This record gives sequence, structure tokens and C-alpha cells, in this order.
Amino acid sequence: MQMSGAQMVCESIIAEGVKTVFGYPGGAIMHVYDEIYKQNGFEHILNRHEQAAVHAADGYARATGEVGVAMVTSGPGFTNAVTGLATAYMDSIPMVVISGQVPLSLIGTDGFQEIDAVGISRPCTKHNFLVRTLEELPTILKEAFYIARSGRPGPVLVDIPKDITVEIGEFTYPKTVHIPSYKPTYKGNKRQIEKAVDAIKKAKKPLLYIGGGVVLSNAYELVREFAKKTQIPAVETLMARGVMGAKNPLLLGMLGMHGNYASNMAMSETDLVISLGARFDDRVTGKLSEFAKYADIIHVDIDAANIGKLVDVDYPIVGDITEVLKQILPQLDGVDPDRYEAWRNILKRYDDLHPQSYIDSDEVIKPQWAIERIGELVGDDAIITSDVGQHQMWAAQHYPFDRPRQWINSGGLGTMGFGFPAAIGAKRAFPDKIVINITGDGSILMNMQELVTAAEYEIPVINIILNNHFLGMVRQWQTFFYDKRYSETDLSFQPNFKALAEACGGIGYDVTTKAEFDAALKDAIKQNKVCFMNVQTNRFEDVLPMVPSGGALFNMMLPQTTKGEA
Amino acid sequence: MTKNVKERRVISVIVMNESSVLSRITSLFAARGYNIESLTVAPIPNSDMSHITIATTGSSKLMEQITKQLHKLIPVYKVIEHEEMVEKEMVLAKFPIAENLADISVLSSAYNGGVVNVGMEMIIVMVADEPKRVKHFIEAAQRYNPSEIVRGGVVAIER
Ligand SMILES: Cc1ncc(C[n+]2csc(CCOP(=O)(O)OP(=O)(O)O)c2C)c(N)n1
Ligand SMILES: [Mg+2]
Repeated sequence: MQMSGAQMVCESIIAEGVKTVFGYPGGAIMHVYDEIYKQNGFEHILNRHEQAAVHAADGYARATGEVGVAMVTSGPGFTNAVTGLATAYMDSIPMVVISGQVPLSLIGTDGFQEIDAVGISRPCTKHNFLVRTLEELPTILKEAFYIARSGRPGPVLVDIPKDITVEIGEFTYPKTVHIPSYKPTYKGNKRQIEKAVDAIKKAKKPLLYIGGGVVLSNAYELVREFAKKTQIPAVETLMARGVMGAKNPLLLGMLGMHGNYASNMAMSETDLVISLGARFDDRVTGKLSEFAKYADIIHVDIDAANIGKLVDVDYPIVGDITEVLKQILPQLDGVDPDRYEAWRNILKRYDDLHPQSYIDSDEVIKPQWAIERIGELVGDDAIITSDVGQHQMWAAQHYPFDRPRQWINSGGLGTMGFGFPAAIGAKRAFPDKIVINITGDGSILMNMQELVTAAEYEIPVINIILNNHFLGMVRQWQTFFYDKRYSETDLSFQPNFKALAEACGGIGYDVTTKAEFDAALKDAIKQNKVCFMNVQTNRFEDVLPMVPSGGALFNMMLPQTTKGEA
Repeated sequence: MTKNVKERRVISVIVMNESSVLSRITSLFAARGYNIESLTVAPIPNSDMSHITIATTGSSKLMEQITKQLHKLIPVYKVIEHEEMVEKEMVLAKFPIAENLADISVLSSAYNGGVVNVGMEMIIVMVADEPKRVKHFIEAAQRYNPSEIVRGGVVAIER
């Protein structure tokens, strides 16, 4: 069929089955927006900032597992989108971002709103394209979606010069892609798998180390089966919360800088790490030379470059977690779960000694209490997003996540301002779920304009601001490592959060007591409108346990609540 | 032990011909802090691919990372880290006409080359040899006051 480049963009989006596109128009992308106006194959949400549009597409992708789509104009539209691309890139989120570009004839002339989008986004996309002819546009769009979702997923940018969007040409959306240089490995090497299974049978203290790759690969049921069959205990990274399920007796908790005692001790004492889709991030490993010092390492990852990047691996297996686990599971019949009983008992004692804990208070709302309370009130029904800071860590530590994709946060890049727009994306994907953004008084202001988006489109996201009047996480480091010099972290000057929400068409709640907390949350769910719950918490609460940056995992600062030294 | 020894290495990267493939490779090296000693690119005859030869230094562990990271780039078809290879580098050198033409001619033929141009004011020679020998040639050539030396970067092929 004959059509314009702009129409081809819309037709391709429809052909990919995309229901919602998040974006913001401008000169270079106007022809495409003109076609968006005329079509009804997908809806477009006008976020109020390009960064938020990309985070919203990202949140949509994280909640559904499908490719999120965002659209922006050239120049500042694109540069505003960069943080969103980088956030998705660091967490391997499948996304296609379409940006307008100045006409081909102006490229390289410092034209109005010209910026080298493919140059800037190269290090923070899985791949990117500058479209040079109309003929290649359908193939590029097809490849963009394919590359975004296949192998190790990631964001792909398609930069389209304005003149190509008006040009008329023949359109057929390709059914298949042909990229000879891109062939992800899905199945694991048989020989390596046999060796790994053998190692599991011989181990005395094996440990499942579960990362975000399990979520991306939709492999959680297989992982749970693996653990159940072998009775091997498990630790989760920040990105994997929900994989094992909070009630799973084999789950020790989260490991790393703010991991719980039993998890970090397990990693320090294990003799066989079974790493599934985790990448040995420095926030997880602490001091590398002390990390899993007594262990052999099995590392399953779809990205060969992750294997052996930071730690030496004894059993490397390149492949998709789902495929590899399907290969491994039948071979685990010979594993005797009793073999690891002594190990499980050791870990049980560690957890009894220093459980995840905090000192609650009746005078003031403790942030940890707030998280646990949300869990009690909405639990499985909710999708939880978060921003970045102390509130994020408390959410990861204390919320009873029961399934993957229930917990959505920026782990790799740690982007403040991610939570609210991501919640908008998640809520659009799952309108029947309660979607709560657990945020801080610093982070929420970084994308607060999204109140308007959420109000306009009636996307009732609940923002629970754990308000400590501080850039709390930075303040905590200043307390511990900078002699309490609170340089530029005091947020005593505050907006009126309640009024702010109301001014934008939402609801605001000021919460200072536990009773008010319950009442506000219940009302927010009932009102079904975007809201800010401004929750005053105690100012100087610290996230514990904490492994000081660069320290060994077993050297944790522990809360005062527990019984002393191991 | 040997894993951490820094050595000179040569990698061949076979890539799909697309406009930005070279910048993808160089920006990967820059972003991850890998160093490039020399880099050559040329299309592979009768194909839609090009052959890039990169000389670099690093431990074998680092080489493994570089190889894997290169492989992750979508247009990269194949990465070959050479063990057994034939390596050559071409050099062009320009000398003032006042220098001893016979000496220079003998010198360049000793390094697998010869005089390629003699003009009113200068002599140009070309040599093509192993990188180590190229270094020797450049040292030896100093005696004849070269006005310009252009190195081509190494190309390599598996033996
Ligand atoms: C965009 C961005 N800028 C700066 C930081 C550094 N940073 C990490 S946590 C944090 C404080 C966040 O404060 P708040 O949102 O109030 O959360 P709290 O730690 O108080 O719970 C800062 C500034 C960041 N992660 N992201
Ligand atoms: Mg705060």
C-alpha cells in the first residue's frame, strides 16, 4: 500500500500490537502526530515531560513484559528522553523510542533543534537507527521491536528525519527479520549444564542467587520449582524481588548493600553460587575479593559479556534462563534435598539472630511500618513502583512481594523521578490493579508534573511520599561517613504537597499518625483518583543493615534491635 | 597468573556495512576504557561486510571482555582474537632528494618494500612488514632525515 512515512510509523506500531504510546510532540515529529490524530489503532498519552513519557513506556514494559513505546521530537525532546533511555538500558527493559530529526538536508548543519541523537544515545541503547531512506523505514521499525525484545532486552532508538515522514512510498510490514550478525543464544550448552548439575549434587552449601534476568525471562515458576525440588535456599537481588514469593520458606531475602543478615552471610559462606540472571553488581557483591570466597560459581546469563566480567566463573552457561532451567530441571531428580539440611539450619540460625527488623514507634510513623502496612492492606493486589533513596530500599526490604513484575524500580541507574511516570505506565497496562508509587519528598518533585497527566487521563496512581524532609539516602551517608555535615540534603523547605496534588486535579492527604495512614490509603483506593499521600516520618531513620561501600558483605552495620554478634 | 599479564593483542572484527558501525566500535572502546593502538578498516570483497583490525593491549581477561562486548554490538558479525596469525603493517615514508637514494632503496627493500616515487624534491618509499620490524625500519630510517612517515595500522589474518 502507498502511504507516507508518518503513516508507516503508525501502521508498524499497530502491527506490533502496541495499545498505548507515551509521548510529546514537536516540530520534527509533527507529521507522525498528524497521523496519530487520524488513526484509532492505539491510544497516545501526553505526558508532561519527555523523560516521564519514556519512564511511563518503561513502566508499561516492566509491568507487562511487552515492548514499551515512547515518541519524542528532535533536539530538546530527544535530550529530555535520554535519562529514560539510560534507565531502561541499565535494567534491560524492552522499549522502542521514536524520535523526530531535522530533515536529511539539514543534518550536520546545526539546524534548529538538531542534535546527534544516535551519537548521544549510543552508550545507553541496545541499538539505534538513523533512518536514511523511506524504503528502509519498515524494516528498521520491525528490527527495532525485534532487537528490543529478543536476547538480552533493551531500549532501541529510531531517529526519523522529518522529510522521510512526509515522503510517500510502498508499505508492507516485514513478517520476519534477517540480521545475520545478531543471533542471541537461548539454549544452554548441554555439557556445561551436566557439569553444573554435577556440582550441585556435590555441593554442601549451595545458594540460588536470583537476579532481574529471571523476571525478564518470565522464569519465576521454573526457579521456584528448582528451589522446591532441591530445597536449596535462595537470595534475591533488588531487581528480582517477588520471584521466590515473600512467603517462600527457602527465600532468605535480599542480598547486597542493604541486604539482610542471613542473605549476606549465606553468600559469604556458600560453597556453590547458582547465579540465575544476576550480574554481580557492585551494590550486590561489596568487596569482590571477599565475595562468595569459598564458592564455585555457576553463572547462567543470556549475555555472555556478563559472565566472567567481575568474578571468575567455574560453570558458565550462556542462555535464556527459561530455556536453561527447562534443560536443568529434569536432571535434578538425583539431587538429595536432605544433603543441604545442615546448611539450611545454619542460615535459619543466622536469620533468627538478626532478622530484618526495626524499632517501631507510636509517636511517629516509621517508614518501615508504612511499607509493611501497605503490604497488609493491599498485598498481592498492588503493583508497587518506587523512586530512589531510602524509601526504595525499605520498600525492597519490607514489602511482601509475591510475584515478579509486582515490584518496579530503577535498580541499575537509580533514577530519581522514575516512580511516578512508571506507575502511570503500569496502571495503564493493568487498570484493575492498585498501583502505588512509594516515593520520597526529594524524588517526587522530579516528575511531579505527571499529576496533570494522571488527572487528565484518569490514571489513579497512589503516590505515598515517605516524607523525612531530607534527601534521606544521601543524608544517611553524611551521617555515617561525613561527620554529619548535611551538605545540601536538608529539605525542610517543602511545598504543600496536598495543595499541589489538588492544584493539578488530584487528591492530597496529610498523614502524621498510623490511624490517618490507614484512613488515607483506604480513601485513596476508594476515590480512584491520582493522589499524593504526604506521610510525615521520623527524619533520621537509617536503612539497615548496611554494608559500607567497598566493604565485605559479612561486615554489616546492623540495627540496634537484635541480639548482638554472631 | 598469565590471565592478568598485559600483552599486545590483535583482534579482527567482521561487521555488516552500515554507516555508524565504526563509531559504535570506537565509542565502545572509549566508554569502557579499552585502548586502541591501531585500527584499520576495509570492505571484504564480494560481500556486504567489512574487516576491522584492532591492535590493543591488555590481559587475557580484558581481551575476553572486549571480545564479548564487541560481539554484543548488533552489526558485529564475528570477532576473532588472533592467536596464530600473520600480521603486516604498511608504512609510507618521504625523504629529501638530497639523501642517498641507493641507501634508502636498499633499506626499504630489506623491509619488504621499495621506492614508489621519486620527484624533484623527495623520494617516497613503501614498506610492508611485521609490526616489530616496521618499528626497526622507522628507527633505521631516521638517519636519512625523513620529512614524513605515515603508518597504515596493522592488518592480520589467521594462519
Ligand atoms: C536523578 C538523581 N539525582 C540524584 C540522585 C542521588 N540520590 C540518590 S538517593 C537521593 C535522595 C532521595 O531523596 P528522597 O527522594 O527524599 O528519598 P529518601 O532517601 O529521603 O527516602 C539522591 C539525591 C539520584 N539517584 N538520581
Ligand atoms: Mg526524603
